[in-house]
Amino acid sequence: MNELVINAKVQGEPFTKWPKDLYIPPDALEVLLDTFEGPLDLLLYLIKQQNLDILNISIASVAQQYLEYIQLMKELRFELAAEYLLMAAMLAEIKSRLLLPRPIEADGEEIDLRSELISKLQAYEQIKKAAQDLDKLPQQGIDVFWAIAECHAFELNKIESEIDVSVLLNAFKAVLERAELNTSHVIAREVLSVRERMSHILDLLRGDNKICFSAFFKVSEGRMGLVVTFIAILELVKQSLIELIQEDLLTVLQVKLV
Amino acid sequence: MSLEQLKPILEAALFAVGHPLSVERMQTLFPGDEKPSIDEIKGALKALGDDCQTRGIELKELASGFCFQTKEYLNPWLKNIWQEKPQRYSRAFLETLALIAYRQPITRGEIEAIRGVAVNANIIKTLMEKEWIRTVGYRDLPGKPALFATTRQFLDYFNLKSLEDLPSLLPLTNAQAIPEEGFVV
Repeated sequence: MNELVINAKVQGEPFTKWPKDLYIPPDALEVLLDTFEGPLDLLLYLIKQQNLDILNISIASVAQQYLEYIQLMKELRFELAAEYLLMAAMLAEIKSRLLLPRPIEADGEEIDLRSELISKLQAYEQIKKAAQDLDKLPQQGIDVFWAIAECHAFELNKIESEIDVSVLLNAFKAVLERAELNTSHVIAREVLSVRERMSHILDLLRGDNKICFSAFFKVSEGRMGLVVTFIAILELVKQSLIELIQEDLLTVLQVKLV
Repeated sequence: MSLEQLKPILEAALFAVGHPLSVERMQTLFPGDEKPSIDEIKGALKALGDDCQTRGIELKELASGFCFQTKEYLNPWLKNIWQEKPQRYSRAFLETLALIAYRQPITRGEIEAIRGVAVNANIIKTLMEKEWIRTVGYRDLPGKPALFATTRQFLDYFNLKSLEDLPSLLPLTNAQAIPEEGFVV
């Protein structure tokens, strides 16, 4: 291990050793960031080390210790751990307030930084404990395993069959007929491209398994829009990107990704 | 259908599917005229559970329904079946998850305020991908932050039936009642 030169002073005494209970190697920043979940965690560690109840801690002395840790890290790339510095600033503020004589009840609205910090520490301690308890619960796939047995292969209920082009045309005709009923609307002409529509259809199919054929057609787009959609679907089928399925005669036509 | 007929069907269904099944779902296995009642199914499940006493598996009720699973005390032997040790989750992951479980619905900002550090985006992403958490709404604040809550899959994974079964939290003492501190230089 490298010899380390430390110039920190604690209460006038030169501070020449790393704290014994927590080994801090030269590249301590990573260790600090790995060992603690954040400034509250480090602070909680310092408090527990003194075996003190959070409510009875002397913020001043814990602040002192915390700042010593930060001091030890001074030469490291501490800008990566801004949260730790923020906490250091807050502790320093609390400490300096404690040092100053307090004006007698000026307006009573002074923010009590100390109890605010203690509340934060308590809330964090609570959740830290909760996380540990959660980890102790039996976990599926680690501590317990769901039982599974192979079952004999059987034919699935749904049989997907090839479909006739006439079925497709009939389905499109039905969509067009519905559009006729809507022709009285004044529709602003939109620029629609087949390519764009193809991507859109693929997007729609990505999440769901199957989408009903007629769901792709928005009657409000007018005849032109419907034709673009229809061509887009035909083009996608031609490129074998999508598949048209009819589970039984006279049932709805469905579209899915290949 | 008699209890003795019902038992093997439900047992086989639970083993075949390999994940929890709800009682309602079990009911749909039967055609209309022989559909057993919910109580009949529950009775058969109770009997199946009792049958497990001397076996290596137990019938457990989780958030999504019932499933057979290995008894926890057998884990020391079972874990040797696999070469690789299953990975346990990091503290940051568990703390984030615990906050979502105990304080749901909760925003990312609220999680950060309690943990005192930024939430790693990968943790939220992983939790979402595992379907342990979901977005249940958006807080009416600038930026409309998403509100996270846990799912049934989360409860299933941790072997729980409902959120009430989570271990209880440490009690909080009122920080306002803290005695004043004298500071000695």
